[in-house]
Amino acid sequence: MTLWEHYHLPRSVDEALSSLAAYDGRACVVAGGTDLLLELQQGRKPPVAALVDVTRVSEMTQIAETDGTIYVGAAVTHTHIVASPLLAARATCLVESCGVVGGPQVRNVGTLGGNVAHALPAGDGTISLVALEAEAEIAVSGRRSAVSREWRPVLSLFKGPGKSALDRSRELIVRFRFKGAGSGEGSAFKRMMRPQGVALPIMGMAVWLKVSGGVVDEARIALGPAGPTPMRATKAETYLSDIPLVDDVLPQLADLVLQDAQLRTSPHRATADYRAELIPVLLERALKLAHRRAATGEAVPEGLGM
Amino acid sequence: MTTLHFTVNGKPIEVEIRENEYLAEVLRYRLNLTGTKIGCNEAECGSCSVLVNGVPVDSCVYPALKADGCEVLTIEGLADSWKAEGGRMKDELHPSREAFILHPLQEAFVQNGAPQCGFCIPGILMTSKALLDHNPNPTDHDITAALKDTYCRCGGYSFIKDAIKAAGEKMQHPDQPIRPVGLPETKAPLKVIGRPLPRPDAVEKVTGAAMYTDDVSFPGMLHARTLRAKYPHALIKRIDTSRARALPGVAAILTADDIPGEKNHGLVINDWPALAYEKVRYIGDPVAVVAADTREIATAALGLIEVDYEPLPVVSDPVQAYQPDAPKVMDSGNLLKHIKVRKGDMTRGFAAADVIVEDTFRTATTEHAFMEPECAIGRVLDDGKIEVYVGSQIPYQDRSQIAKCLNVAVEQVRVIGCLIGGGFGGKEDIAGQIHVALLTRATGHPVKMLYDRHESLLFHPKRHATVIRVKIGAKRDGTLTAVETELYGDSGAYASLGEKVMTRATTHSAGPYEAPNVQADCYAMYTNNPPSGAFRGFGVTQSAFAVESMMDRLAEALAMDRIELRRKNALKVGSVTNTGQLLRESVGLLECVDKVESKIVELQQMGDASLSRISFAPHPVPGAPHRLRAWGLAVGYKNTGLGGGAPDKSSAEVELRADGTAEVRTSSAELGQGLPAVVAMCAAEELGLPYERVRVLLSDTDCTPDGGPTTASRQTYVTGNAVRYAAKTLREAVAATLAEKYDVPPDSIRFEEGLARVSGHTVPLGDAAVLMKNEGRSPKALYEYWAPKTQPLGTGGDMHFGFSFAAQAAEVEVDTQTGEVHVLRLVAAHDIGRAINPMALQGQIEGGMIMALGNALTEEFIVEGGYVFTDYLARYKMPSIKHAPEIISFIVEDETADGPYGAKGVGEIASIPTTPAIANAIYNAVGVRVMSTPVDQDKILLALRRGEHETR
Repeated sequence: MTLWEHYHLPRSVDEALSSLAAYDGRACVVAGGTDLLLELQQGRKPPVAALVDVTRVSEMTQIAETDGTIYVGAAVTHTHIVASPLLAARATCLVESCGVVGGPQVRNVGTLGGNVAHALPAGDGTISLVALEAEAEIAVSGRRSAVSREWRPVLSLFKGPGKSALDRSRELIVRFRFKGAGSGEGSAFKRMMRPQGVALPIMGMAVWLKVSGGVVDEARIALGPAGPTPMRATKAETYLSDIPLVDDVLPQLADLVLQDAQLRTSPHRATADYRAELIPVLLERALKLAHRRAATGEAVPEGLGM
Repeated sequence: MTTLHFTVNGKPIEVEIRENEYLAEVLRYRLNLTGTKIGCNEAECGSCSVLVNGVPVDSCVYPALKADGCEVLTIEGLADSWKAEGGRMKDELHPSREAFILHPLQEAFVQNGAPQCGFCIPGILMTSKALLDHNPNPTDHDITAALKDTYCRCGGYSFIKDAIKAAGEKMQHPDQPIRPVGLPETKAPLKVIGRPLPRPDAVEKVTGAAMYTDDVSFPGMLHARTLRAKYPHALIKRIDTSRARALPGVAAILTADDIPGEKNHGLVINDWPALAYEKVRYIGDPVAVVAADTREIATAALGLIEVDYEPLPVVSDPVQAYQPDAPKVMDSGNLLKHIKVRKGDMTRGFAAADVIVEDTFRTATTEHAFMEPECAIGRVLDDGKIEVYVGSQIPYQDRSQIAKCLNVAVEQVRVIGCLIGGGFGGKEDIAGQIHVALLTRATGHPVKMLYDRHESLLFHPKRHATVIRVKIGAKRDGTLTAVETELYGDSGAYASLGEKVMTRATTHSAGPYEAPNVQADCYAMYTNNPPSGAFRGFGVTQSAFAVESMMDRLAEALAMDRIELRRKNALKVGSVTNTGQLLRESVGLLECVDKVESKIVELQQMGDASLSRISFAPHPVPGAPHRLRAWGLAVGYKNTGLGGGAPDKSSAEVELRADGTAEVRTSSAELGQGLPAVVAMCAAEELGLPYERVRVLLSDTDCTPDGGPTTASRQTYVTGNAVRYAAKTLREAVAATLAEKYDVPPDSIRFEEGLARVSGHTVPLGDAAVLMKNEGRSPKALYEYWAPKTQPLGTGGDMHFGFSFAAQAAEVEVDTQTGEVHVLRLVAAHDIGRAINPMALQGQIEGGMIMALGNALTEEFIVEGGYVFTDYLARYKMPSIKHAPEIISFIVEDETADGPYGAKGVGEIASIPTTPAIANAIYNAVGVRVMSTPVDQDKILLALRRGEHETR
């Protein structure tokens, strides 16, 4: 059985898009391939005519900062993200979430863009991008191969579990951007795995906080799987604005997160009841860590590689 | 086709490939660099790891064209990469081969016993090289992070960790020797026996030269695939292969109608169709096999075979199977065997009890997950003889099963063993052996049948899922008065070794205790699940979980120290087992308990000097009161050898060569457990030869005598003895020859260092071999060793000729916020009679315990209504290096008179007490008793939240 016929290694976004267009929906963008190739192999996705490998498109493999905004190419590997001092200091939750994905072999090839394009509600890197309020630059090929680009919120890229909102015949994620943590800002990522059954996280959560004068100015709480797509716990975020983060508010915050979350039982992975028990635990752990980072400015990613 | 340009192991390569090939395929099948292994095809196991531009990747899911223009380093280039980096090294294992250079990692792996079956080793070495390149002094944490997704199934990861550290040191200080691995204390060694020697095949396993079946290929070889059942239980109404036959490149398609001889095979009962006819009984049943020019064509042909089925109701668990109205898996019904153990009088026993405890436990089906999926190659010779290359635990039985299906004499079939990438009981039954024999006969070409991991998971026999009820009665002082057990075992669709496995589960179900009244009933049931068969522990893993959990519960009910309770009832010399066997010698259980207890007391005294016995109370982690730690303990025993009246013998041949080496030949299989070292050591000891001068040839039915199955922890005992006696016989023949020549009494001749010392003369053994030949004597000896006779169950007397014993304790940490369970330390003592090779022994012990830790915490083979859910490794998690705790191991050497140098078996005992020790520790930590395995953090947390004291 042939899972794909042709393999293209374009050097530019335009070249990648024209390859995609040429196959008219019968081609797929691939980067690390650690999710996509297995889905093809295990019959969860139908075979394709071609794979368009974007890992040699140089603008897609860069990490850069301009005027406080950080840009991360969609084909940047997890390993590259984890090794970045810029991201460790300014987007700690992203480094923490990318640092717990798979083992080194997978992180060496798997990319952030691939994590988003795969569109799992529990995608580790994805959840952190949501907490960072990241946007994705999408390159779109129009009529006569004219390529346009636009920035869309990362959260708009998901349609459902494993269903990306991208049109795979003509759209490509080029890079992500988000504001790097400044003074009084910090983030953290925590997740829970289970040693048996399906090798997917039971629950992941990223928290971004801005604090000043002992109160939380702004909070962003992203989690998954708590619905068909990655999500923000907006009720809890609103509640936490303008109050100090003290132990007394944690139960109320957890209740508010649970109100936003649509938890379900995933067979052989986790019960909805268990997930509901984990939310307060992850919330407390991530909030306190993000708060400490925001308050002290010290950010050393935790749990990398494990 | 397109051209891939890249650099492999420093050499520029241009190779024509299809655009959809993976890097592992290009390396293995186009460049013949077969050192890179494919274990899963899904980036889970890491066996295929190679370095691309210096970083490890899983080459099994890495499109080859991604590597265009890159530098790829494989295991075959590892040693040269060291040379290129200016490294210098001589091969310390083979000092004569000065020119042979190993990378320090390879050398450290060899000397520190890291390779066992060896299949994972190339991937582990490449991943480790990437680590050491950046970090020559890695911590345990660094190594764990680097190897997180690179699995070893044989060992406990500690040898690997030690070897990586030792290699890092060696890279920085090339003139210092490799730091040896720490091993438990054992008896003073003999000349060779008792020394921690590296495996004879270690060097080939670290260089990628080791040949497993899929590494073998022949010119003109065809590739075969198997069409498996679409339903777990269905009548086959019609099979039409005509469209598939018409596909260009298809050489043959066979169904049951094409089998000339017996249609069934089976190790005990011939009930397993080589190709399904009339009906399919599980989802892995083979319906047709295809041989084609390529694997892709064979796969495409499978999709063109039309099969009409009439689905039947499915029997999905053993208790359901026993119901009178259950659908029938076999025409004869669903009961494979009702196994009974009877001792004493149960009514009186329970009447005499002050306390009675009773409960029912469940264990999950589990999967061997040996790193090497099954592969077989058939080749028909010009004279019609058929060769089958395969990694099998029972080569002679493969031969007879193949011959029966082909309807030829056994001499017309030769089974040639390749290296085996792990077995653990899962390579005892026929896999593709019969199919490739049929296909090579049908096509005249060599035919290879390779299963991918998915197929391997669907097809081969598993560890029985069980339901076990235990009822124990005891006096106030802890004396057991009666033990009653009832077991249901899910034997799946075919008998395999199910009856034997469940017999062992049953006879061991009351634990290693002497109870006056015992009754055990087991119902081994056919179901429409994948068959269950042999798996390390052979049923005892399951029943030990139940009875040892209940012993802790009994201690609690009696308010008695759980160690004292066990001591009071433990088997000792003079005890009579539940099957009526008087134990006359070699019962080291109490010594095992003592060793474990005193070690834990010593560890606990570091925190509280006033302790004099083990505290099983929970302790919070300082600074994290939601994390509770506690110890738990369990004991176990396991027979060595087939027992139950089965003739248990092994044959071996030892030959002296003119070059002063000896060759040991036996068909016994090496699965990674270390048999070649054991038999080479036995021969070296008896002949007075240096270990390095003994060669070992295994598993070839034309060239090696029958060593019997590699099962039941028996090979060290039976084949060790066969080699020992063969070597002794040969030594006596040499002595007789020399005695005549020099006119001295034979017993005055001493054998040492490869020389015979004859009153002032020293005769190299090679010269003695030449002398014997010149005199028309053969410098070889064949010995057929018969183990002591045993009795069938129910007849009293000696059901087994030996038992190994163990006590193990686990320290666990339970996170009461998440339910997560971590095993921090395992302390274990094993009575294995005598340590033949302490390094290989420790590898077996650690590997057995980690495998059992998986049984307790991570592994569950899930079948739903006959359909397999865990059909990829991403859904079946075995323990990784992350799960590997510190292991503190003690060896108890309570010798058995008839064992080689006193040795008993070790292969299984290490896997038996671990699960209940962990379960007991969890109870001690958080008060929740685990009633079914594997432990589920989800259930633990919800039980804690709901105030419940058990998880069902």
